[in-house]
Amino acid sequence: MSVAEFFDMGGYALYVWGSFGMTALLMGIEPFLVRGRRQVVIKRVARILRMNTEGKR
Amino acid sequence: MSNRLINWFKFASPATFYPLAEKIWRWSTLIAVVLIAVGLYMSFFVAPTDYKQGEGYRIIFVHVPAAWLSMFIYLVMAFWSVVGLVYNTRLSAMMTSALAPTGAIFTFIALWTGAFWGKPMWGTWWVWDARLTSELILLFLYLGFIALQGAIDDTRRADRAGALLVLVGVVNIPIIHYSVKWWNTLHQGASVSVSSGSSMSSIMLWTMLIMALGFWAYSIAMAMARVRCIILERERDTTWVSELPEVRQ
Repeated sequence: MSVAEFFDMGGYALYVWGSFGMTALLMGIEPFLVRGRRQVVIKRVARILRMNTEGKR
Repeated sequence: MSNRLINWFKFASPATFYPLAEKIWRWSTLIAVVLIAVGLYMSFFVAPTDYKQGEGYRIIFVHVPAAWLSMFIYLVMAFWSVVGLVYNTRLSAMMTSALAPTGAIFTFIALWTGAFWGKPMWGTWWVWDARLTSELILLFLYLGFIALQGAIDDTRRADRAGALLVLVGVVNIPIIHYSVKWWNTLHQGASVSVSSGSSMSSIMLWTMLIMALGFWAYSIAMAMARVRCIILERERDTTWVSELPEVRQ
């Protein structure tokens, strides 16, 4: 099987790669979205902590 | 016996669950990466060409696992909703919220790959068939849950409302599952069943099961990572959060 044949998927290229592509895209993006959310949360909590300790001083 | 119960309830506390969730996240990420890599290799290089659908059938290796997970995640959310309503544990509602986006993504993937499979095999991207319509309703249930939680400021009320919505919607899950039996649908019946085994070749079946286990581990990893964010958001005023190394910097 050649590389071109592989990508052609027996004429079903659009459907097979359209399916695997969308799956890869979404499952690839989600971990980064969650990571971004974690960074935002940690920044916010750290800021609140700093404000509280400065307030006590 | 009582000793074991205490051990279980210990993890219902966000403070003890937070570090445990990190361990589960690490391990399930590793398992997901390995299983999905093996599953993808098998999907394209090991599984044979189908005698009827040629190479087009390979969509099954993402379509079926995504569809299974879309329903399974909803059932897990329903389980945590019941636990939350009955025992009033804070963590259960956090678990329900942590699972919803991943469930919505798998539902969308199931619908999308279904359309990309339906077009070459049935000649249409979409039909208002019982299986497809009930799966679309599942997507709306996930989105509705996320929107509802976002719309209510008071977390306690948001949790209760969300749990009720999930439990009312759970009736849709058997409808999706049995839709191909109850109605005359364009969607084919199940190729894999607990009672009568599988009508697929064993290598295709194994590939699908490995992908499904990979997606399952991925869902656990995502839910654990997200529940850690939710715990931090909701417990930010507690001493244990203020003592975490990641927020002290």
